[in-house]
Amino acid sequence: MSHPQEAAEFLKDTAKSKWHDDTLWFIRDKRDKMSKTIPEWEELRELASSIKDNVLGNLADYLEEFERNASKNGIHIHWAKDAEEHNTIVLSILKKKDCTAIVKSKSILTEECHLNPFLEKNGVEVVDTDLGERIVQFLGQPPSHIVLPAIHLKKGEISELFHERLGTEKGNEDPYYLTQAARHHLREKFLAAKVAITGVNFGVAETGEFVVCTNEGNADMGVHLADTHIASMGIEKIIPKRNHLGVFLRLLARSATGQNITNYNSHFRSPENGKEIHIILVDNGRTAQLGRENFRDSLKCIRCGACMNTCPIYRRSGGFSYKSTVPGPIGSILSPGLDLQKHSSLPFASTLCGSCTDVCPVKINIHEQLYLWRQEITKAQGTSIKGLSMKFGNGIFKSPLSYNYSGKIMRMALKNLPKSLIYNPANVWGKQRDLPPVPNESFKEWVKKNRP
Amino acid sequence: MSSKDSIIEKIRSLKLDQKPLPEIPDFGGATDLVQAFCTSIAENNGEIMSAEDLITKLESGIYPSIFSTDVSFENFSNQALPVDVHSFSKLDLAILKGQFAVAENGAIWLDDADLRLRAIPFITEHLVILVSRDSLVANMHQAYDRLGDQHSGFGLFIAGPSKTADIEQSLVIGAHGAKSLMVVLV
Repeated sequence: MSHPQEAAEFLKDTAKSKWHDDTLWFIRDKRDKMSKTIPEWEELRELASSIKDNVLGNLADYLEEFERNASKNGIHIHWAKDAEEHNTIVLSILKKKDCTAIVKSKSILTEECHLNPFLEKNGVEVVDTDLGERIVQFLGQPPSHIVLPAIHLKKGEISELFHERLGTEKGNEDPYYLTQAARHHLREKFLAAKVAITGVNFGVAETGEFVVCTNEGNADMGVHLADTHIASMGIEKIIPKRNHLGVFLRLLARSATGQNITNYNSHFRSPENGKEIHIILVDNGRTAQLGRENFRDSLKCIRCGACMNTCPIYRRSGGFSYKSTVPGPIGSILSPGLDLQKHSSLPFASTLCGSCTDVCPVKINIHEQLYLWRQEITKAQGTSIKGLSMKFGNGIFKSPLSYNYSGKIMRMALKNLPKSLIYNPANVWGKQRDLPPVPNESFKEWVKKNRP
Repeated sequence: MSSKDSIIEKIRSLKLDQKPLPEIPDFGGATDLVQAFCTSIAENNGEIMSAEDLITKLESGIYPSIFSTDVSFENFSNQALPVDVHSFSKLDLAILKGQFAVAENGAIWLDDADLRLRAIPFITEHLVILVSRDSLVANMHQAYDRLGDQHSGFGLFIAGPSKTADIEQSLVIGAHGAKSLMVVLV
């Protein structure tokens, strides 16, 4: 199904979609307030953007520098050209460790690689440990937002789910009570796991260290209790120097949830005594995107989710309507590069208002790229209905005579034709709104009469 | 060709423009660092506490098992550093020393030397961090300047207790890690 069809499904539950809209706007508002407490906010965005520009221009050098330093620190580095290779590497490490149950903290990359179903097929139990991710995992769903995985669910649904899966009291919807139930359930998993997987927020070329940020502390609970830590890292997550972290950590949480920083910001440089750290550097379409001049800058993304929270379309259509691992505005410029056919409706899921670009902490020109993807998609698809109607319109507007006549005909038709004919399936504009009342005369006629 | 070689070669073949790295200016920050830090900790749902208040709390016996790395609280500590951190799964309170802290966001830096075992600030039910007033810096840039190329296998900024808002955006303190963070400025 295309984005508009999926969005129509989401909007059927009016009360819930209104709540979704309001809640995400509330987070956008928190982000605004927080950013305004930092006088140098705009300068920080500019710095972050320039650092990422430098990274994209020197990516090969930085990756090699990162590998050299991380290896020196005793970290094992693996390279994966695509999702399949990434998953195979994870499985081979698990086999070597004789491990059949792992804990995993939030990693959009492992979602992108569909790691969970792959491991499960190979007899490995995967437990997502971020509370929101555990909730959607119980439901067999992907996350609907990259920072707030279960934002599409109401507490009543979660209460029902936990009653079934964790044996909580029926009807108890108290978020504290439900969270504590998850805490106890997941603690057992943490204590038992031998291998833990995390994503990576930033990898520092200069030192070979990487940084993982969470509020729950689930990434750290997992890796420090396990013997082996596997970190999946997209190759664009590199930053050149350690002190660049100052810029990005000031921007990330403030942009994401309106907090001044995430409560845990862990810097991994070498494994704890007797343990192992593996990093898998993943391409999976990133070098191809790097080669697309118009869309290269989408790789600057630090996955804060601010563009989703602000987007009038995302807020009113929900994450699932995008049918892509990264939804929202940033997903709509990343995903067409992976599969143009599948994601062809996404760049159109935007009003091009530019709010995404305004809030982006690394200043990606998201709305301009959405517009550019539309050109690519129209080219790839050949004639569209819109193209035909534009041609038709062109014919009318070219000649004053045809313009005057068609105006008269339309005014008459709209007044006299039955509603069922006017609101036909081709009238997309009139789908959820009424056409304005039809005037009796054209503007030209009105001027002639009233401004002689 | 290995995957590494093919990825690196693909990137190099694009011959992209090289843009210079920007200099990070000195942005300065709050003038009263102590006050700014205390505000930040409160915003992050942590609690600033005096040493006396902490002692009263410890004496009340609400924390049956306590591990402390700080000598001034040694007589309250009844847990030795374990060989395997899993045996701390029922630890009630850990008292650790932070190296320095950031006023703008309440983040406190600790590394392997301060933690002893990396899991301790997470596995413990409650956490106390002692940090010197004189160690406060204004912002994250100054924090990384202070860290310089200091080398530790692991280090982290802790800014508050474990928290989540994954159920209908309702804030819950105590997700997987410590259910409270008490900070004592010394």
